[in-house]
Parts: sequence; structure tokens; C-alpha cells
Amino acid sequence: MKPLLKNADKNLLYPLLALSAILLFNLFFTDGFFSIQIKNGHLFGSLIDILNRGAPVMLITIGMTLVYATGGVDLSVGAIMAISGALSAQLIRPDYIKGIIEYGNTTSLFIVLSIPLLISIILGLWNGFLVAFIGVQPIIATLILMTAGRGIAQLITHGLIIVFEHESFQFIGSGFLFGIPFPIILVILLTFITWLLTRKTSIGLFIEAIGANPLASHYMGIKVKMMKTLTYGFSGFCAGLAGIIVCSDIQAADANNAGLFLELDAIASVIIGGTINGGRFSLAGSIIGALIIQALSTTIITRGIPPQVVLVFKAFIIIIVALIQSEKLRAQLKDLLKRGRK
Amino acid sequence: MKFKLNQKNIPLLTTLLVFIIIYVAGAFMYRGFFSPRVFINLFIDNAFVGIIAVGMTFVIISGGIDLSVGSFVAFTGVLSANLLANTSLDPVVVIIICLLSGALFGFSMGSLIHFLELPPFLVTLVGMFLARGLSFVISLDSVPIRDETFLKLSSIAIHLNKGIKIPFIAIIFICTVILGVLLLRYTRFGRNVYAIGGNEKSALLMGLPVGKTKVLIYTLNSTLCALGGLVYSLYTLAGYPLAGTGLELDVIAAVVIGGTLLTGGMGFIEGTLIGILILGLIQTIITFQGNLSTWWTKIFIGVLISLFILLQRYLSTRNLNKNIQK
Amino acid sequence: MPDLKADSSQLVEIRGLSKSFPGVKALDSVNFTLRRGEIHALMGENGAGKSTLIKVLTGLHKKDKGSIKVDGLDFESSSPMDASSKGISTVYQEINLVPNLSVAENIFIGRQPMKFGMVDWKLMNQKAKEALKKLDIDIDVTIQLSQYSIAIQQMIAIARSLDIKAKILILDEPTSSLDLAECEQLFSIMNKLKEEGMGIIFITHFLDQVYQNSDYITVLRNGSFVGEYPIKELPKLKLISKMLGKEITDINELNNKIHRDYYHNDKKMFVKMEGIERKGVLSRFDMDIREGEVLGLVGLLGSGRTEMAKILFGIDKHTSGYININGNLVNIKSPRDAISHSLAFCPEDRKTEGIIPDLTVRENIVLALQAKNGILHGLKRKEQEDITSKFIKLLQIKVSGLEQMAGTLSGGNQQKLILARWLAMNPKLLILDEPTRGIDIGAKSEIEKLINKMSEDNMSVLFISSELDEVIRCCSRAAILKDRKKIGELYGEKLTENTIMNYIAKDGYEL
Repeated sequence: MKPLLKNADKNLLYPLLALSAILLFNLFFTDGFFSIQIKNGHLFGSLIDILNRGAPVMLITIGMTLVYATGGVDLSVGAIMAISGALSAQLIRPDYIKGIIEYGNTTSLFIVLSIPLLISIILGLWNGFLVAFIGVQPIIATLILMTAGRGIAQLITHGLIIVFEHESFQFIGSGFLFGIPFPIILVILLTFITWLLTRKTSIGLFIEAIGANPLASHYMGIKVKMMKTLTYGFSGFCAGLAGIIVCSDIQAADANNAGLFLELDAIASVIIGGTINGGRFSLAGSIIGALIIQALSTTIITRGIPPQVVLVFKAFIIIIVALIQSEKLRAQLKDLLKRGRK
Repeated sequence: MKFKLNQKNIPLLTTLLVFIIIYVAGAFMYRGFFSPRVFINLFIDNAFVGIIAVGMTFVIISGGIDLSVGSFVAFTGVLSANLLANTSLDPVVVIIICLLSGALFGFSMGSLIHFLELPPFLVTLVGMFLARGLSFVISLDSVPIRDETFLKLSSIAIHLNKGIKIPFIAIIFICTVILGVLLLRYTRFGRNVYAIGGNEKSALLMGLPVGKTKVLIYTLNSTLCALGGLVYSLYTLAGYPLAGTGLELDVIAAVVIGGTLLTGGMGFIEGTLIGILILGLIQTIITFQGNLSTWWTKIFIGVLISLFILLQRYLSTRNLNKNIQK
Repeated sequence: MPDLKADSSQLVEIRGLSKSFPGVKALDSVNFTLRRGEIHALMGENGAGKSTLIKVLTGLHKKDKGSIKVDGLDFESSSPMDASSKGISTVYQEINLVPNLSVAENIFIGRQPMKFGMVDWKLMNQKAKEALKKLDIDIDVTIQLSQYSIAIQQMIAIARSLDIKAKILILDEPTSSLDLAECEQLFSIMNKLKEEGMGIIFITHFLDQVYQNSDYITVLRNGSFVGEYPIKELPKLKLISKMLGKEITDINELNNKIHRDYYHNDKKMFVKMEGIERKGVLSRFDMDIREGEVLGLVGLLGSGRTEMAKILFGIDKHTSGYININGNLVNIKSPRDAISHSLAFCPEDRKTEGIIPDLTVRENIVLALQAKNGILHGLKRKEQEDITSKFIKLLQIKVSGLEQMAGTLSGGNQQKLILARWLAMNPKLLILDEPTRGIDIGAKSEIEKLINKMSEDNMSVLFISSELDEVIRCCSRAAILKDRKKIGELYGEKLTENTIMNYIAKDGYEL
């Protein structure tokens, strides 16, 4: 674990404290929050639930962390989720949009997974191409796909909500492995692989260098454009995987609502996790950030507040974290204190 | 002003050309397309987008971005509908409250961006979700508007001959465009917007009120959003918390298609107007076509904005090379 | 000459001004006086505190201690806007105007003539034309500023400050990118303004220009006030000794160049550039560098020095010509290609092109090496630490540890850090673009020594510097550039400050 916490020990302290505070709140005010039961050899309970429900956000957060570290942002993750989910569902029931309710032959799991993931990667690479090679600002480049992508997803489902049954595909979103919900296993796997890729090779260092000073990185012979493009491609992959999980879990593809507003959750997680500007990033921090967001949402919803309203809380959290980290604010406060003492 | 075919005018001319081509194509392809009614409908159906695009033109020329516009339209809509339905406030007061809340919203975002040097995209992204969330706080469902003043406003129109009329919201749109043009070209504030977009550091060293101008730009933009939201309420006669999702892209697309440089420093409201009309034409064609679904609009806009961004990039590199060769 | 005693003639009176930044005392109880109708040169080496003093005066920085009086009144400017409203106007070396607006707007923005609450464009253009005519410039004022040359832009900046009715004009290195005629034009304007009673603060590193135009000199060194002298009482050599803080004998010693006045005919050719051209940026030129040779590249700012280096390093593409390395034709399309041919480049702008402030000293040093090795063949942590320690020791970089953030180092140490990064690659040719800019004299001479040592170890160096004495000390040969053209080469006995300056003045014709 030590290298994962490298350089970030201090920065992780606040996110961990915040997470503990939320959990502590629930310890006192939510009955049975910490109880974990084993039913049929499967783990159940609020904590497991938070991890399970938070899986899609954690996945896109991993990709977003790297994009953010290169000095960019990816607003299209929600739309890519919708597209990949729509594709999976469409591949399982190709005739549904023609109004045919009967199932045809079962599509092989390989196809149902690989095509959506491949398309997601291509969409991500398109974002990266616009940003790195054309020089479009990341927000605009990914905003195009954020909006047009929903159109594409609707085009795939023809505006319908495709419901389906596919046993092995459903396992991805709702199955259990070793008693643990499969999405959680996927998150752990992807985090580990990303950590290996970034910290056990030079990729992580290159990403940080690019984010902190792209020009100097170019002069040092780092392939800045290529690295940036690949980072967006990776973010696309993460979003695609998240889309598959959501789609498989609810056994339906909803082009309008799948992944809606999730880009905010991912950005919030990254910022809470301590990656504020381009440059240094902390995967562990981002994952903790995603857990905070999910724990908070779950807590608020269990208090009986409508889920849509949670947006307001999230918005405030981001702005508060950004304010805490704002050097300018710190400098101004210091100035004020100084004057106050005089 | 002398007319010169220079780099400054190429994007605008392209836009105009695209508009004419689409319009002529539409007129040939569909019966009844080439009619005053269809043309005026462009101004009615796109009034709220157009009003917001005027504000966004200021923001983008100054080198900033505002992602909160769509959500704020929803917020204004829900707020006004609710105030009208559940309180006894005078409709005029409701309108003032909405506009003021827009000003306050934009002022707060502008202050965060300028004084604390937070990146505009982050602040306005937060604004986007905050406004959306607040809309849900006010109401989870669509709220109809039955207030008489609002109903009356929505039916006011200037009647031209042959039963053609220009309704109130189109007039507001046209007035906003004219005011925007004057503000941008003939006031110190407007010229400062260009200076900040051209080189913010220089603008500061030249003694221009950079901070005040930036805050004012976002305040103006959000106020126009509130106005756009009110116009949208008049148009639909309802407040709906999910209204305006994805509107950001439409608005930014209109501005960029209209020839405003995404990197700031260059652009015109006139171009934005044509950009809006192009978006409107696409929508109209999809309606006339009949068998194309609404999601094609989003995809077309995405493709169109990509093309225009590529054009801008091509022109700016070509211009750079030309400058070097001098 | 203005009367020293009359207080009414004092435009600016600064007493005991101090200003600190984290870890640096930029100004320590500095005094400065500017009188009506005088040109006052503010002199000092890089880092002496000139720019900090100007920034406090123009409201970009807040002072910590001391008093500033303008026109006899206590003065504290909170912003450039505030300063300009109080009659202080600054023209910077890098033109601080807005490129996308017209010339007229650049002169009048913020103070446009209004009619019925609207900007009166016609009147503004007319007034702009008049304002420029006063400076003997006749151009179309409705065209974008970016279409005009740097010299014209500078005049426009001056026209702007004149229109503000500035009482105090600060000229910060105004002549660095001007040719002789343009300089003369500027000086005549300065003298005209002086006659009209304006006080001008003149900052430049061209000593001759100081003696040609100024009435007084104030010298700063390391943030401290050295003294104020009437121009006649401070001969050039004395001024240099005050600026450097060394006795005159020391300076003479410093001037003793390391004798490298032989032409390396015996050495093997390393890089040979033939007919290299970048359309619109640099005219065709030939250049060669032998192994172990230190080749200087001199010329005024904007003469094409950096552009030449950037072409060789693959940052900018050449539109025609060939580059040979070790006798083989090579195609350098990117810095990556250049690095693979054992070239290295320390850029001029440390902050934006060199250092990565958020990464540690170790990471900054090994990054280029890692980039060359590729993604999968990273160095082990231990190897990285060994390399870092080795170069920290070799270059005497002052760090608190290997994991200190590079952004927290001083300018000189940052420069050494970038040098270390490239030396770790073991390059055959090192391109140094202004390696001693903004660093103190001690670090400067260390870097000069290092260049010497590298050349002895058979590494070639392409050395770009505005400081002629440095070039003469370090280089055996120098290519002279002017107006984006190579106008010739000087070596051996001909390589002196005087010959270089004459050469530039006379376009390389008869010396």
C-alpha cells in the first residue's frame, strides 16, 4: 500500500476525515448502518451497498483522475456510459427497436462486452484527438460529446428503454464473486491495474509532468499529444465499463438517464481526493473522494430527501473543497489576519 | 467601416453562407418552407436560446465559459411558475425576482472566478448542478403557468399584414440582440471585454478594470439566462426542472458557429444571431422531414460545432503562418 | 539641469522602501528620487530589485515598509489602474497592449471619447492619428495592433501613456528589440518629453544609451540601495563596479577572457547545418559546430537567436535546408528526434519551458532520461537517486533534499537543475539559451566554468547570450545575427565586444 500513498499521505488525511465523519454520523443516526449480513454466502448491508452503488462513479473517477492530471477534464463520461449501455442492450436484443419482443439467439458475452468497450475507447480517443492534436479546450471538446453523445445513445435505442435478460451479462452488474458484489471486484481490479500502469512504469510521472508543464515536457521528448490522447481514451474505457455495469444491473438501457450528472460526481471525487490542478494526482484520494460522494448521497437519501436534490449538496461540497484548496483565498485570509493583528 | 475580406470576416462569411445554403436547400426540398411564417418562427422558437447566446458571446469573447446556462433556465422557469402558482406576488415582482436572482447568481460565479482565481469551467459547472438541484428543490415536476399577465404577455404580438404576427418573445429576442450589439461595440465595458479576451495581463497593466468587467460579464450572462428562462416560460407556459438540459452546447455552438473565437478576443453578436438561426433551420428541417427523430438535432449540432472548430483552427494556423511570412 | 533642492520639482520620492517575498528580500530600504524634467536611469544587475521597485510603484506589488511620495503626497497604488490615474505610466519590454484591438483602441481604451454615452469611434480614430503624429508616426489606426512591428507597437504604447497625461513615464528595457534608427527615434521622443517637464525612469542594460540620455543614475544591488549619482560623476567603469559590487581591479580580472582564441580545425565536425531556412522566421543560413567547441550565438533580442536554436532542436520546423550530424543527413522533426541524436536544449524561459515546479528535484532531473528510455524501461528508484545526488554534487545545487519541490528553488538553482537534467543524458551538443539570465553573479561564473569543463570533455555547446562579455569569455567563435539573418562569424582576436557591436551596427560589412 505504501507507494499508493506516496506523496499523498498528508493530502489523504482530510478526505479520510470527511469520510469518517459521514460514517460516524450514520453510526449514530442510521440504524443497522454498520451491520453486514451474509445471505446465501453473499455479503449484504449498507456499507456493501455504498461500495456497490458507488462502483460506476469510482470507475469513471479513475479515468477522470488521469485526464484531470494532464490538465484536462472529461465531461462526456456520462454520455459515453449511456452509449455503451445502449450498445450492450441493443446487441442483446437487436430486434427490440423494430418492435419484436421475442428474443433471438443469445448474443455471446464477448460481443456484448467488447463492442461497447471498443466504441467507448474510440469516443474517448476522439475527445483526446480534439484536445491534443486540434487544440480545442478540454471542456468544449468533451462538451460536444456530452450532448451529442446522448443523441447517439438515443439513436441506438431509438428513444426506447430497452429491457433485456442475459444471464452472464447480468452477472457483471449484479453477480457475486467470493461473496462480494462483482462491480466492487471490478473497481478493485481496475484500480490495481491503473496503479500498476501509472506507478510501476513511467506513465504516471509523464502524466504529471504534462499536466504541470506541457511545454517543458515536450522539450524533454515526452510524447505529450499521444499521452494526452491515450488518457482520454482510457477515460472513455472506464466510462464504457461503468455504463455496462449500470445497464447490466438494471437490466435495461435508458439513453436519457444512464450516467446523467455523473460527470459532476467524478470531478467532485477527483477534487476531493486532492487533485486540484493538472500535475500531481492521487488515485487513492480520488477513490476515497468517490466513496465520500456515494456515502453522502446514500445518507441523504435515507433521510428521505429526493435524490435529485443531492445535486445541491454535491455542488456545495465541490465549491467548499475548491475554496479550501484555493491559494488565493488562503493568501487573502492571511492578509486579513495580519491586518487584524496590527 | 470599410469592408475588407480579411481573416476577421472569413468565419462570419462562412456562417452566412452556411445559413443561405441551408435555407435555400430547405426551400427547394420542402413545400411551405420558404414562407414568412417559417422564418419568423425561427425567431420565436429560438428566442430563449438566442437571448442566452447573446450573453454567452460576451463570456466567450472575454476568454471564459459558462456551463450553467441550461440549468439556470430550468431554475428560472420553476421559480417563476411556483411563485405565480403558490404566492400572491404580482407577476411584475416575480419577473424582477427572477432577473435579480440571475444577477446574483452570475455575480457570485464571477466573483469566485475573479477574486479567488478558480477556473471558470469548475465554477460554472458547480453552478450548473447547483441550479439544477435547486430547481428540483423547488419542484420535482412540471408546474403549469396560469397567471393572466403571463398568458397575456405570451399572446401579445405585432400584427403585420396577411395574418403574420411577431409575438412578444421574438421582440424581446430582437431587442436583446440590438442591445448586445450596442453594448459590445459602443461602450467601454464592451471594449474591455475584447481587451480581456485578447490579453488579460496587458489589459490589467493598461489600467483597465479587469476584475469589475469579468464579474459584470458573468452577472450579465446569468441575468440574460434568467430573461431567457422567463421567455421559455412564456413559450411553454410551464416551469420544468429538467428544462434546458444540454442547452449549454446549443448556445456555445451558436456562438462558435457565429464566428466568435473560442480562445477569446474576437467575435460579434451579429454572428451569434446567424448561428442561432442556423441551429433553428436545422431543427425546422428535421421537423419538415418528419421521419427524423429529435435526437438527430443533438448529433447535427455536435457535428456542426466540430466542423466550425476545425475551421477556426485551420484559419488561425494559416493566419499565423502568414504573419510570420511578413 | 533641474534644481535639486526645490521640493516642488520632486515627482517621486521613495524612502526606505522594503519588500519581501517568501524566502527573498527583494528590496531592502531603497531610496529613489525622480525630479521633473529629468531622465533617470535605474541600474542594477538582474535580481538587483529594479523590477520589484517598478512593480511597487505601479501597484502590482504592495510595499512592506517605507514611504512613497508622488508630487509631495503620500502614495500607495493598489492597482495599475490606480497608478495610471495618478499619472504613472509604464511601457514594458514585452509590449503590454491588446493585439486583437485596433491601434486607436489600444491608445484610448478605458478613456474612449464618448458621445451620447456611446464610444465615438470617429473622434477616437482622429485623435489617435493626431497622437501618433506627435511622435512622427503616420499609420492606419483602424488596423489591428498585431499587424504592426514591435517598434511601432512600442511607440503606440508610449502614445497611450502620453494621452493619459502621465507625469511619470517608466520605460522598462524599451530598446532591446529596436534597431539603431528606431532607438534614435525613441531617444528624441524621450528628450522632447523631458523638455515638457515629464520625469522619465529609464531601465536598460545598454550602458551607452544610459550615458547618451540620462541625467541621473540610481544603482541597486541585491535589493539594496547603492547610491544616486549625477551622470557626470559616475564614469562607466565606476558604474559597472557599483552594479557588480566589485572593485575596478576585480572587474578587469573578470574581463580577462579565458583564452580560447583558436579555431578548432583539428576537431571532428559534429553538426553541420546547410541552407537552413524557416520562411518568415529565419533567412537561409549555414552553421557548423565541431566537437568540443563552444559556439556563441549573438544578436539583439528578436534577432533570431532562439529561433535558430529551436530549429536545430526540432521544436520549430525548417522549411528548407539540411542538417548533418556526424556526417549523416538527419531528419529532426521533434525534440524527441533531437534527443535521439544526443542534442540537449536548455530553454530561455525557465519557468514555462524548463522547470516543472510541482515535481521534485529528483523527478525533474530524471524526466528526460526516463522519456528517452520509454515507458517500460523506467529507472529504479535507487538509480534515480544516485543520478540526482551525483549532479547535485557536481553542479553544487542547493537543495534541502532530493524530494524538494523544484518550484521552491531559487532561479540559479533551477537553472542548474535543468542543466543537470540534460547533462544526465550525456549529450554531445548542449544548446544553452540565456543560461545566466536572472541568476546571481556567483552562479553565473559557476555556469561559465562548467561550460568550459564540458567543452574540455569534448561536448559541444551552442551558447546564446545577450551579455557579450560572457560570450567572449566562453566562446571560441560566435555567429552574429541581425534581423533574423546570420550576418557573419567572428573568432580569435576579432571576437571582442567592440567588434561584435560594430558588426551588428554595420550589418557585417567593413569593420
